[in-house]
Amino acid sequence: MVDASVNVKEKPAKSGGKKTAKKDEPKDTIWSRRDFFSLAGWAGFAATLGLSSLFFTRLLFPRVLFEPSPIFKAGRPSDYTVGEVSTKYVKDQRVWIVRDLEGIYVVYALCTHLGCTPRWFKTDAKYKCPCHGSGFTKDGINFEGPAPRPLEHLKIELGPDGYIIIDKSKKFLYEKGEWGKPGSKLLI
Amino acid sequence: MAANKPGIPSLADFVEKVKSGEIFDEIQKVVLESQIWKSSFRHGYADTPRNRVLQIASNVWLHLHPVKIHRHALRIKFTWCMGGITFLLFLSTVVTGVILMFYYRPVGEYAYFDMKYLQYDVPFGMLMRNMHRWAAHAMVITVWLHMFRVFLTGSYKPPREFNWVIGVFLVTFTLLLSFTGYLLPWDQLAMWAVTVGTNMARATPFLGHEGPFQEYVFGVSPRYDARSLLIGGSMVGPPALLRFYVLHCIFIPLVAGALMIVHFWRIRKDGGISGPL
Repeated sequence: MVDASVNVKEKPAKSGGKKTAKKDEPKDTIWSRRDFFSLAGWAGFAATLGLSSLFFTRLLFPRVLFEPSPIFKAGRPSDYTVGEVSTKYVKDQRVWIVRDLEGIYVVYALCTHLGCTPRWFKTDAKYKCPCHGSGFTKDGINFEGPAPRPLEHLKIELGPDGYIIIDKSKKFLYEKGEWGKPGSKLLI
Repeated sequence: MAANKPGIPSLADFVEKVKSGEIFDEIQKVVLESQIWKSSFRHGYADTPRNRVLQIASNVWLHLHPVKIHRHALRIKFTWCMGGITFLLFLSTVVTGVILMFYYRPVGEYAYFDMKYLQYDVPFGMLMRNMHRWAAHAMVITVWLHMFRVFLTGSYKPPREFNWVIGVFLVTFTLLLSFTGYLLPWDQLAMWAVTVGTNMARATPFLGHEGPFQEYVFGVSPRYDARSLLIGGSMVGPPALLRFYVLHCIFIPLVAGALMIVHFWRIRKDGGISGPL
């Protein structure tokens, strides 16, 4: 121990070259200078690689999408009759707009089986998919065919100008208990 | 006659040389002794075991190959040559694919018409497109047959288990090459096939917005998930076309090529092609 305390003093004195000094040198520090720079180098390399990977991943998600807007206006609430399923926007926007006694809600015309567009049959009061025969009730509950879950409802609200605004990017799923949530139905 | 002088050779002599075949020996001699030949191949073909080894081992293009193989490795009944045929088909898709790239533009407005232009107006364009297409189809078939053969012959067993895993990756990349190439004609079939295909990415565990456990990952939404990463948006549109093009022409071939190098090299390191027991 006495030797060690002496050796601390002669740290830069490499030219001293005593055997005891060389032996004790690793005990004084956790890492040798070489270890430190090696680790620092590798850490820098790994950090650069890791950060670049993060940047690259973020780069692959553009801020702006040059796609049709998922939000559109669908007339006034008074355009829809109670008990009716409006097929007016199926061709352009792929949605049915349903008016019941409580209010208006939007059903996404995308079969939950494999993504075909079902059709509304007024006489049978059901949506029927032409691809594999899935059937859905008026509010979208699946009751026949291979569809595994009900049709999705989309966000609907009333704009300040009195027009209905539908946002197709916000979905409300029955199986998650979301059909009663605010925005899933325009109460009138 | 100036036959003995090294002057202008007479036509009669020349005809005589051609007739006797002597001219070919002379041409061979000139070629083999030229500096270009010697510096390229480095070892003349004196047919000795050592030279046979050196021919392979000292050539950058051939050095991946074993210098000697077992006699059974040539048995077509055992290997079906499926790996080799797969590689040949890969090479033909690379060559024809690069040729197609001279005309094809991966842009929403152009892609479909460039494909039609290649097919109906570019000289030999139809041939190139169809060679690319059929070689790709055939490659998928042969790569499965190759896997089937390796499985049947038990060639996946140690010490070849590492190479089997590399091979599984190569099958996957072959399928991904086919899938990404599927979109490039930019017709209705391509659009909907890739729409259905990429819809599966919604169900990716953790990273797909409709997949299991996605609720535990921060920030996963229809806008930021595995599917939108793949197609660069929320629908199969021009960004998806460009992404698939880059994946198809650059990324996947590079990765698959690197894996192929490892795959071929490991065959040799694992003791050559497995043989019948």
